[in-house]
Amino acid sequence: MNEQEITGPMSLESLQASVGVRTGRTHILTILVENKPGVLSRVAGLFARRGFNIDTLAVGPTEDPDFSRITLTVDGAVHPIDQVTKQLHKLINVIKIRDLEPGEAVQRELAMFKIDADGARRAEVLQIVEIFRGKIVDLGQLTIVVEITGTSEKIEAFEQMIRPFGLVEMARTGEIAISRGGTET
Amino acid sequence: MRAVDALMECLKAEDVEVVFGLPGGANLPTYDAFYDAGIRHVLVRHEAGGGHAAEGYAKATGRVAVCFGTSGPGATNLVTPICDAMMDSVPVVFITGQVRTDLLGTDGFQEADTMGMTLPMVKHSFMVQDAQDLPAMIHEAFHIARTGRPGPVLVDIPVDLSKDDIEYLPRTEVELPGYQPIIEGNQRQIRLAANALAHSRRPVLYAGGGVISAEASAELIALAHAGSFPVTCTLMGLGAFPATDPQWLGMLGMHGTRAANYSMDEADLIVCIGARFDDRITGKLDEFAPHAKFIHIDVDPAEISKNVPAHIPIVGDAKNILSRLLGEYRATEADPARLDEWLERIQAWKDKYPLSFADSEDSEIKPQFMIQALHEATGGEAIVTSDVGQHQMWTAQHYGFPAPRRWINSGGLGTMGFGLPAAIGAQIGCPDQMVVVVAGDGSLQMNSQEFATVVQEGLPIKVFILNNGFLGMVRQWQEMFWDNRYSHVDLREHSPDWVKLADAYGMKGVQLTQKESLVEDMKAVLAMDGPVLCDVLVSREENTFPMIPAGAAARDMVG
Ligand SMILES: Cc1ncc(C[n+]2csc(CCOP(=O)(O)OP(=O)(O)O)c2C)c(N)n1
Ligand SMILES: [Mg+2]
Repeated sequence: MNEQEITGPMSLESLQASVGVRTGRTHILTILVENKPGVLSRVAGLFARRGFNIDTLAVGPTEDPDFSRITLTVDGAVHPIDQVTKQLHKLINVIKIRDLEPGEAVQRELAMFKIDADGARRAEVLQIVEIFRGKIVDLGQLTIVVEITGTSEKIEAFEQMIRPFGLVEMARTGEIAISRGGTET
Repeated sequence: MRAVDALMECLKAEDVEVVFGLPGGANLPTYDAFYDAGIRHVLVRHEAGGGHAAEGYAKATGRVAVCFGTSGPGATNLVTPICDAMMDSVPVVFITGQVRTDLLGTDGFQEADTMGMTLPMVKHSFMVQDAQDLPAMIHEAFHIARTGRPGPVLVDIPVDLSKDDIEYLPRTEVELPGYQPIIEGNQRQIRLAANALAHSRRPVLYAGGGVISAEASAELIALAHAGSFPVTCTLMGLGAFPATDPQWLGMLGMHGTRAANYSMDEADLIVCIGARFDDRITGKLDEFAPHAKFIHIDVDPAEISKNVPAHIPIVGDAKNILSRLLGEYRATEADPARLDEWLERIQAWKDKYPLSFADSEDSEIKPQFMIQALHEATGGEAIVTSDVGQHQMWTAQHYGFPAPRRWINSGGLGTMGFGLPAAIGAQIGCPDQMVVVVAGDGSLQMNSQEFATVVQEGLPIKVFILNNGFLGMVRQWQEMFWDNRYSHVDLREHSPDWVKLADAYGMKGVQLTQKESLVEDMKAVLAMDGPVLCDVLVSREENTFPMIPAGAAARDMVG
């Protein structure tokens, strides 16, 4: 809206309330925080208290030892994302929050799968691992442990494929993300 | 010097004139430092009393208040005032002792996870891990408590670290990269808001406690007068707009006036300033102000569109924004005649539905009458604190606050037992003002130990108990919504003899029962030196009306 419109005539009917909408997609929030005691509890507690559900959460150091980065994913179909980010911004130890648009960032997650793979089925399992460019990180008599890295979709697709063979255990790190090109995350 | 001596220096550097607290094992070093630090320390009788006294001080003066407690039970006793201060945005720095660092996490004697248990109810908190950091943390705590949207900040100090020798360099500037409150409102948004006001035909200004925190009362009045806008305030905002002003609608919300609630219901434009669309204001959210567009002014961006979507959000300090909005509104040269019809409609509501009650036919004192009598006896000029319940609502409705920082109550948390300790803080902060408590006979029993503090400090506080012999507000709900089944609300049999209790504490006590002489009797009480406890017997089963039943819409007010 330009100056002209603002100073000129306006009807109240034309005013729109734009916030509080649910976007209907998963949001990846990367949150730069000061490395202070309790900071993770503050973030997690905020989500719990406001009834926001965290789908995944990953925490680790950054290039600067004074700061950590929290990457978390939230379902924008359930929660108004602007409320989530505004509440997070109120935390004193939160320096910066970015809601990374799917196109402008690279996301990766690591998962490990322990799979029943004895005898005849082993070859078939190994073939699927190959297709997903997984790595065998442990090879036992009855089971194998496979490491898969990629987007959450890829990991979920692998899980679907492997379940029928007997998925014994699964562990996932949750997604981390970094912006593409020169822009800061 | 010892970290605790540096702490004293920090308090002096922050111009702290008084602290409230109670010592224990984990803050013995701190209390050793208080011994000759030359800072006024008010010994309370319960940490909750100390916390509410600090709140009363902060609310009456606008300054950051300080409260001390020990670890474990000292800290758990502070949980209620910390939460109360969070809900009502009161700037208080709470400083607690903690067990030795080598005992942390071992369930040591009097160990409680003070940081953990208060995490959801502080603006921020610090745990000292290196004594050298303590001075910076204290100054950061004051800065955070005072600026932006005010609130409680906790500093937890393990007892061993508090004795450490540190180097103290006086400084108060702080470095907080993640904390930059927005003060200046956006010019474009302010102009848009002025334009919207100029086009509105049924505007209402709805002001909350944020106007008082921002010291923006004069700006609110100026804007209201410039545009002939009607004004309503929340429970927390009372006094921000004078109750004597012809443009005053009365309080809004659950026990607000019909004029205020009906105005919200029919408004085409609502300007919310430093308020947060609490459920006690909106009632049924879907039916709240169905015809209105909203301008929302708040220093806390997270309040914008939290409950009610804003059409014109303006983030920043209310004083800054209101004064510029006034300028922009004047520039629109809007025709005041466009509001004539609206203002007539409002006047008709005010005439038809004044706050009224059926007075007794004998000399029984009706509670509403008691508050009106108190107004008369004090000339409307007292700082009034209250507890929580019917008496609180009657005071809000009938006292008629003429100025900000005169009405001190627990709104967000609704903490019984708030009134007496809050009055201690208010009287210490404002020694030349008349401070009175309107206490509930139930609530007062939750912090009556603080009478000892009142007497010890020689504070001339006058406590008026609105004595209905009931947990009255709960009784009212049981009467109205639970089929008259009075379950555990009758206090009459086993309440103390208040006059004797006053006597036991070494203060005056009187009982008042006669309507005819009430104003004169109250004046006599107010004229006495020192503290007085005045037990006023009122009708037992009077209800607080009008009322929007919980979850109903404004136009469905009852009573
Ligand atoms: C600490 C606490 N416990 C319980 C309540 C619930 N409650 C709200 S009002 C009320 C009755 C208060 O009685 P009293 O102080 O006598 O005030 P009245 O309503 O009779 O004026 C109660 C129990 C509360 N607000 N705070
Ligand atoms: Mg009562």
